[in-house]
Amino acid sequence: MDLITMLKTMLDGMGGTCAIFFLTLLFALPLGMVVALLRMSKVKVISSITRAIISVLRGTPLMLQLIAVTYGPYYLFELPVAKNKLVPVVIAFAINYAAYFAEIYRSGIESIPVGQYEAADILGYSKIQTFFRIILPQVLKRIMPSVTNEVVTLVKDTSLAFTVSYVEMFTIGKQIANSQSSFVPFVVAGVFYFVFNAIVDYVMGKAEKAMNYYQ
Amino acid sequence: MKKILEMNHVQKSFNDNTLHVLKDISMSVSEGEVVSIIGPSGSGKSTLLRCATLLTEMDGGELLYDGEYAAKNDADGRSVYSGKAELKKIRSIFGLVFQSFNLFPHYSVLKNLMDPQICVLGRSKEDAQAKAIELLGKMNLSDKAEAYPCQLSGGQQQRVAIARALAMDPQILFFDEPTSALDPELTGEVLKVIKKLAEEHMTMVIVTHEMAFARAVSDRVIFMDGGVIVEQGDPEDVFGAPKMERTKQFLKNYGQS
Ligand SMILES: Nc1ncnc2c1ncn2[C@@H]1O[C@H](COP(=O)(O)OP(=O)(O)OP(=O)(O)O)[C@@H](O)[C@H]1O
Ligand SMILES: [Mg+2]
Repeated sequence: MDLITMLKTMLDGMGGTCAIFFLTLLFALPLGMVVALLRMSKVKVISSITRAIISVLRGTPLMLQLIAVTYGPYYLFELPVAKNKLVPVVIAFAINYAAYFAEIYRSGIESIPVGQYEAADILGYSKIQTFFRIILPQVLKRIMPSVTNEVVTLVKDTSLAFTVSYVEMFTIGKQIANSQSSFVPFVVAGVFYFVFNAIVDYVMGKAEKAMNYYQ
Repeated sequence: MKKILEMNHVQKSFNDNTLHVLKDISMSVSEGEVVSIIGPSGSGKSTLLRCATLLTEMDGGELLYDGEYAAKNDADGRSVYSGKAELKKIRSIFGLVFQSFNLFPHYSVLKNLMDPQICVLGRSKEDAQAKAIELLGKMNLSDKAEAYPCQLSGGQQQRVAIARALAMDPQILFFDEPTSALDPELTGEVLKVIKKLAEEHMTMVIVTHEMAFARAVSDRVIFMDGGVIVEQGDPEDVFGAPKMERTKQFLKNYGQS
C-alpha cells in the first residue's frame, strides 16, 4: 500500500473522529451545566447522588465506560448491540465529559462573589435573570482555560473508540499498521491529533481573547 | 410626614441563636429624611441594613415599607414574610449601595445602569439610556459611559453604583459604609455626591464611620452598640452633647467630642 492510499483510507476515518468530537461537545457542554446545578442542589439527596455519579464517572476509565455502554445492554438485557456504534460511543463520551464539565462549571459558579447575587437581588432581578445575565457570562470567562484543557483531552480520547470497534481514524490506522506491518499510520495519526489540537487551541484562544474586554 | 420604612422589635441571631446580634431594634424613616447609623465594629449595623433590604431574614420583628408589610410577627413573635409578589413590589421601593460596589464587571458603565431598568422595570431602551446618561452627568462621570468597571478608580466605581441604584427610582436608599473600601483621597468625591442627594431630600439611611460627614448631612443620627440603639437624635445633640456614657466613649475614640 503506498502512502497516498494509506492517507486516503485514514482520511475516511477522520469523519468518524470529528463526529465523536463535535457530537460529544454538543451534548456534554449543556448536560454538564444540568449536572452542575443538580450537584449544587440544596436538596441533600439530589446533590449526594449527583456527586456519587460524578465521582464514578471520573474515577473509572473512559474505556470501561465505552464498553459498558456499548455491550452492557446485551449482557444485561440481551438487547442487540447497536449497529451504528456512533450512538453508544457518543452516549458514553457525552456522559463522561459532562461529569468533567460539571465540576468545571461548579467551581466557576462558586468562584463568583456573593456580592454579585446580592446586587442583582437588590436591583430586583429574578433568579433566572440573575443566573443567565449576571452569573453565567462571568463563569464562562473564568472557566475558558479549564474547558480548553478538556477539549484538548477529548481530541486525543476519541482514539479510545477503537476499543468498541467504532470506525474512526485511529481504528483504521491500527488496521493498516497491522496488515502492512508499518509504523507510518501511527505517525500519520500523531500528526493528525497534533494538528487538530493546534486548531482547537487557536479557536479557544480566540474565544478567550473575545472575552478579555474586561479585567 | 409619611413613613417610608418602619422596623419594629427586630431580632436577629446567628450560629444557632448563640450570637444575638440585633436585640429588639425599632426604628422608622420618614420621607425625605437622612438618617446616619454609627457604632463600633460588630454592633450589628450591617446586619440591620441587610434585614431592612431583605438580604437577611429577621428572626423576629416587623418590617414595613410605605405602610405595607414585608414581614409580620406571628403569635410567637417570629417574623413571617409576605408572599413573593408582595416582596417583589417592596423590593422596588428601596436601593442599596454596598461597601464593595458590586458592579457587574462584564457590563460597561452604561449597561450597568441600563440593564436593570430594562430587565426589571421594563423600561424602553431609549428611556433607560436617557436616565442613565442623566445620572452619569450628575455623578460627574459622563465620559465614563463606555468604560468597564475594572477601568475605574474605587471612587468612580462607587459613584457608578450610586447611579445604578438611583436609576431604579427608589423611594429610599441605603448605604453600608460607602467609602470604607476607598483610599482616603477618594472618599471626598463619593461623600460629595451623597451630600448632594441629601440636599435634594433623597430619603437615605447611611451606615458610616465618617463622623464629620454624618454630622453634616444627617437629619438624625442613630448610635448602635451591642445590638441595641443606645441613643438617637439630632446630630448636633448626639455629637455635641451625647447623653449616654457609651456614646461619649465611642465618640471620644473618634475624636468627635
Ligand atoms: N452571616 C453571619 N453569620 C454569623 N455571624 C454573623 C453573620 N453576619 C454578621 N455576623 C456577626 O454579627 C455581628 C454583627 O455584625 P455586623 O456586620 O452587623 O456589624 P457591623 O456593625 O456592620 O460592623 P462593622 O462596622 O465592622 O461593619 C458580628 O459579630 C458578626 O461577626
Ligand atoms: Mg458593617
